[in-house]
Amino acid sequence: MSSVTIPPQFEVVDRPLDTQMTISMGPQHPSTHGVLRLELVLDGEMVVKVTPDIGYLHTGMEKLFEYKKYQQGIVITDRMDYLNPLGNNLAYCMAAEKLLGLEIPERAQTIRVLMCELQRIGSHLVWLGTHALDIGAMTVFFYCFREREKILNLIEAASGGRLTPSYFRIGGLMMDLPAGFERRCKQFLDAFPNAVDEFHTLLSGNRIFQKRTQGIGRISAEDAIDWGLSGPCLRGSGVNLDIRRANPYCGYENYDFEVPTEPDGDVWARYMVRMREMKESHKISLQALSRLKPGPVKADAPKVVLPDREAMKSHMDALIHHFLIVAEGFDVPAGEVYHPIEASKGELGVYMRSDGGPKPSRVHFRGPSFVNLSALPAMSEGEMVADIVAIIGSLDIVLGEIDR
Amino acid sequence: MEITPIPGSEAAAPSPLVAALQREHPEWVTDVIVAFGEITIVVPREHLVAACLFLKIWPESRFDFLADICGADRGVEEDPRFEVNYHLFSTTKHHRLRLKVVLSEEDTHVPTVTGVWRTANWHERETFDLFGVIFDGHPDLRRILLPEDWQGHALRKDFPLRGYEPYSLK
Amino acid sequence: MGLENIIADALPEVLTTRLDSLVNWARKSSLWPATFGLACCAIEMMNATSSRNDLARFGAEVFRASPRQADVMIVSGRVSRKMAPVLRRIYDQMPEPKWVISMGACATSGGVFDNYAIVQGVDKVVPVDVYIPGCPPRPEMLIHAVMMLQEKVEKESVRDRRDVPEEEAREAVPPGTLPVTDGSTALKEALGSRPYTIASRHERRRSS
Repeated sequence: MSSVTIPPQFEVVDRPLDTQMTISMGPQHPSTHGVLRLELVLDGEMVVKVTPDIGYLHTGMEKLFEYKKYQQGIVITDRMDYLNPLGNNLAYCMAAEKLLGLEIPERAQTIRVLMCELQRIGSHLVWLGTHALDIGAMTVFFYCFREREKILNLIEAASGGRLTPSYFRIGGLMMDLPAGFERRCKQFLDAFPNAVDEFHTLLSGNRIFQKRTQGIGRISAEDAIDWGLSGPCLRGSGVNLDIRRANPYCGYENYDFEVPTEPDGDVWARYMVRMREMKESHKISLQALSRLKPGPVKADAPKVVLPDREAMKSHMDALIHHFLIVAEGFDVPAGEVYHPIEASKGELGVYMRSDGGPKPSRVHFRGPSFVNLSALPAMSEGEMVADIVAIIGSLDIVLGEIDR
Repeated sequence: MEITPIPGSEAAAPSPLVAALQREHPEWVTDVIVAFGEITIVVPREHLVAACLFLKIWPESRFDFLADICGADRGVEEDPRFEVNYHLFSTTKHHRLRLKVVLSEEDTHVPTVTGVWRTANWHERETFDLFGVIFDGHPDLRRILLPEDWQGHALRKDFPLRGYEPYSLK
Repeated sequence: MGLENIIADALPEVLTTRLDSLVNWARKSSLWPATFGLACCAIEMMNATSSRNDLARFGAEVFRASPRQADVMIVSGRVSRKMAPVLRRIYDQMPEPKWVISMGACATSGGVFDNYAIVQGVDKVVPVDVYIPGCPPRPEMLIHAVMMLQEKVEKESVRDRRDVPEEEAREAVPPGTLPVTDGSTALKEALGSRPYTIASRHERRRSS
């Protein structure tokens, strides 16, 4: 064609790569959201097979529960899904309360709902910040963490811990909300919708973000149910399932909120579901805040629930109960329960089995991220390597929950 | 320790679902426990896959979602020692059920339900890893949480909490 | 062969205070961490870099993903037995001078998790310079730890650091076969007794 003759040893051949590469992504990787290792078999840039390799954060928590009394186990649950510790606490406490047959007072239930929804917003903010960071939008990371600091302030005011609050107890709460909490919470919630709109302005209209997320990582509704997906991953495929509506707990049937679903099943759909969920959580938090009425925050079960400090210092029976609960624990009737809640990542279920003693015989956490990650091969085979990062981000996995 | 069912629960008011299942396939239902608002059916191991497939398709139940597979060790001196619990959920009817398979220490084989729900794959690997229950027919039964060369099964009651030796890089 | 080796070999008796302060000032003001966030402490580390507690003002501007470009490894979170060889490998890939901050109770001593799965303290795997208690430690504590590390870096001398002997570095080391470290740095064994722990500023205030 041209006047240049190419010498024979530089003959151009058009031959695609006929060998496949196996590379290991992780466990130390900035975009795997924790210590996750993926074995990718690549044909050029296209992923032929992906095999997640987990266990790099296995902590043996389930074995540790069997050696600790029930109330001591609450502290360990914080460290499981460390972006949604109040959700873990809630699931564990409610499972134990189901075994004990405790009746939780209304104020405690309302505060539980409020704190869980605030925690859900906080978890989604971290998801958004890291997901956007992986896709390339660094500003959103800082904005999200700025909003999250306000939530962490509120949680710290109530419980003393930013990331590991352990605020709920078997039978109610650790203690009542501090003075001024409701005013500060209302202040945060009033300013929050503007922040969500800011994120939409930065991301949703951005053509680069749209191109990187629309049509990527599709999974159909039947496949999603078969793979056990739950939470926003399932709702992003069009299945209208929310444990707060299906098996309500903590009085959720009395709150007015929508369950957002999107039909497409791709990364963009899951993103939109979570953004809308933040607005719904905001709605629920405002309702919960307006329903707060004075009342007790601990159940009336002196052998299970620690008495108030003033009562302990002045009444003999309260002192004895306090001593026995702390030193020996309380006996839980024999039996087994499975209690699921809607955590920020999906269906968090606790299977608790008791032999009648003060320590559980088996505690198993069904972590939603564990199951969501098992569907990663189904979503990502055939996509490009760069899309794997976007898909992992959209699954919103937390390795603490996967590996326990 | 045996889980004592509420006295007279089977006779008194079994759920309509369990009653219908007992009518259709009585050999699948070894025992029914109704406690704490939950229904547990103890299924013999050989009928497990058939029961799961039936429960998934049967219009009365439609358990299309396998929420969890959880192993448990009843204790070193118990017989049967191990149990495997299957937590089923229906996305349309929103009801839940637990199937339980009990295993003795010598024979810890259970047929896999990966053909019924694909999500069982990782759950069964985890139960194998932590308890040593072998799932026959599983496509890829290997350890998932503990390192590949780990000896022993960590969540068994005779495995010590701190393991057998402290960590060293050697 | 780095600057330090050349100076130490060529001019064994010369004091290098001016050069020391210049080099140490440069090193401490640009400690770039390697991303080694493992668990909950990683989220607090991310909080420390976000806009409220800004770690970048102290020089830790970018968290480099590749260990070959990083100075300090902040081990934040619990180290499981499966992860420990990986941790050692990443540490070995970092070029000298390098430091390690062990953030949180789990990295320092195993934390709440005294069981079969967690290494009881990351100093069984890598030598640690600064330990931070807490579960998780507040971001301000991480910033204080970085400042303590900066004080420690200030006290170093250009003559101290030695590269790892070439043969050892070149050998391909499969994970799990490295010798046990007992918390001492490589140079301590080489030089003997130069003290490498400094009292915290508060302790000094109390004693003076």
